[in-house]
Amino acid sequence: MIRRFLRSREAILLGAIVLLILLISTRYEGFVAPSNLANVFNDTSPLIILALGQMVVILTRCIDLSVAANLALTGMVVAMLNTAAPGMPIPLIILLALALGAIMGAANGLLVWKLGIPPIVVTLGTLTIYRGIIFVISDGQWINAHEMSPAFKAFPRAVILGLPVLSWIAILVIAAFAVLISRTPLGRAFFAVGGNPHAAVYTGIDVGRTQFLAFVISGTLAGLTGYLWVARYAVAYVDIAGGFELDVIAACVIGGISIAGGAGSVGGAVLGALFLGVIKNALPVIDVSPFWQLAISGAAIIVAVAFNARSQRAKGRIILKRAEHAT
Amino acid sequence: MTATAGHRRIPDRLNSPLQRIAGRWETLLLGLALAIFVANSLVSPYFLDAWNLSDATFNFTEKAMIAFPMALLIVSGEIDLSVAAIIALASTAMGAAVQFGAGTTEIVLIGLVVGLLCGAFNGLLVTRLGLPSIVVTIGTLSLFRGIAYIVLGDKAYTGYPPAFAWFGQGYVWWVFSFELVLFALLALAYGVLLHGTNFGRAVYAIGNNPTAALFSGIRVARVKFILFLMTGLMSGVAAVCLTSRLGSTRPSIAVGWELEIVTMVVLGGVSILGGSGSIPGVVIAAFVMGLVTFGFGLLNVPGIVMSIFVGLMLIGVIALPRLWARLAARRRA
Repeated sequence: MIRRFLRSREAILLGAIVLLILLISTRYEGFVAPSNLANVFNDTSPLIILALGQMVVILTRCIDLSVAANLALTGMVVAMLNTAAPGMPIPLIILLALALGAIMGAANGLLVWKLGIPPIVVTLGTLTIYRGIIFVISDGQWINAHEMSPAFKAFPRAVILGLPVLSWIAILVIAAFAVLISRTPLGRAFFAVGGNPHAAVYTGIDVGRTQFLAFVISGTLAGLTGYLWVARYAVAYVDIAGGFELDVIAACVIGGISIAGGAGSVGGAVLGALFLGVIKNALPVIDVSPFWQLAISGAAIIVAVAFNARSQRAKGRIILKRAEHAT
Repeated sequence: MTATAGHRRIPDRLNSPLQRIAGRWETLLLGLALAIFVANSLVSPYFLDAWNLSDATFNFTEKAMIAFPMALLIVSGEIDLSVAAIIALASTAMGAAVQFGAGTTEIVLIGLVVGLLCGAFNGLLVTRLGLPSIVVTIGTLSLFRGIAYIVLGDKAYTGYPPAFAWFGQGYVWWVFSFELVLFALLALAYGVLLHGTNFGRAVYAIGNNPTAALFSGIRVARVKFILFLMTGLMSGVAAVCLTSRLGSTRPSIAVGWELEIVTMVVLGGVSILGGSGSIPGVVIAAFVMGLVTFGFGLLNVPGIVMSIFVGLMLIGVIALPRLWARLAARRRA
């Protein structure tokens, strides 16, 4: 079993991350300090949460490009509610964020399920719509730190047992997904739908409904992250987390989740997100301009997807050698 | 659906040519374009002015130049999300060339060559390594724009030679700008390429069934590689026009255009699943998007609110016919 783990994609990715951290620590020793690593994890928590939501969507052969817009819209709504009613209890705000995110995810899911519109088109459309709505409701204004109530801002930073609440939420989500994916019929259904939709239908799985649920999960987590994001950075405006959807997909791809659906793991998604998180946090401390980050994560995506394709290439019988070459 | 599934309705005659034309996607889209045109001219007194309309074309010409090869690429079942990043990289290369004292011809050449190289890189990754194009181009999107950021950081390149400004600001004749004329010529060229040549037929064949295309003697990988090259080259052309029009290069140039270009292509009736679509559809979609943007602009509606409309349009144009078909099926049952 240990040998099987060592050969797995997750082990290789974990090795790459450890190597990366060691390399960075030769330039800057403080990077490996537990407190700093905890910081990196905390910084990466939103990406981890969203990557797990995106994972189930990709598993069912869909894609959700609207997560960052969903996050930003939910964040803006809860920030506006907070300025209008500063006394509103935090649990209620979190519930609202979850519900709002779920509704937006359900909108995506319904269009995919009931009308059969390709997910990339649906979420491309809702991505621009959700961003546009933020502008309409906020009138393009920013909501700044002094307009938010202290309790609203304090929640994700509150420290419990040495870790901020934001990190604990990420850990909870990881645990919940580990159970969902490996111990529930729905988790099984995600793989079945992505692996072979026709076979899934014959085993009694409703493909459209499963995809719908994946979008709802992704949307709900985006909503939750929306509140955490706005509260943590203490600012809300139209463009927060702009382009973050690509980071989320990148984390999934690096984590070995096949864009063709049906293959992937919770560990992979988490490690993929951590890989990007380590790079992002390391660049400033080793004196590399943060402008390098985009190019590095791009290169990482390409290397990861090329690597994954090599390892999972089907070993079918080659009948026509030349034809095989041509594809 | 349940009641009609058993006995399918067989028509006793073919639709008349008129019915066939009326039912086509392009016709519907043209109707939409005309409606928007009329609505605009009723709402704003400034709309019906040759120079204003000419200005309006700048809203879509550069995007549409890329939308043509993108349409072919999507028909063949692939996609390129890195086009806007190629613009950024090509524009950065052109700006850097200016710092080394390059003349107008060299600048343009450099822009085109960088576009071509980026397209070749995408094409090689997709066809040689057999990787899914959506993931590859999300990766190269970050990579290409990332390189632009590494080179430029938070700075900008300016100081393009005056002659270079013609590509984005010059007029060929009266109100017809260089970009508009180029757009028309490219529309014609890509229309002929997709609808009138063996190559175009091969593109459809690949999009419908790559395996069958391969076994009928089409060099699938090569056709796809050429399509990626074309998309890269046209991104280079768009980079020349846009850089010339703006007169400066920032690493954030043309950010988010990839989504607008894909929207344009899908709005034009190209199936995102591959295998069907037409260039006239994309041309009309370009006009629709340009007119909407321009009309809202005249009414002082901010750009981001227009994006709501574009998003609704994208989903609506696909959802409405499907809803319609579903209702019709229910009524028949």
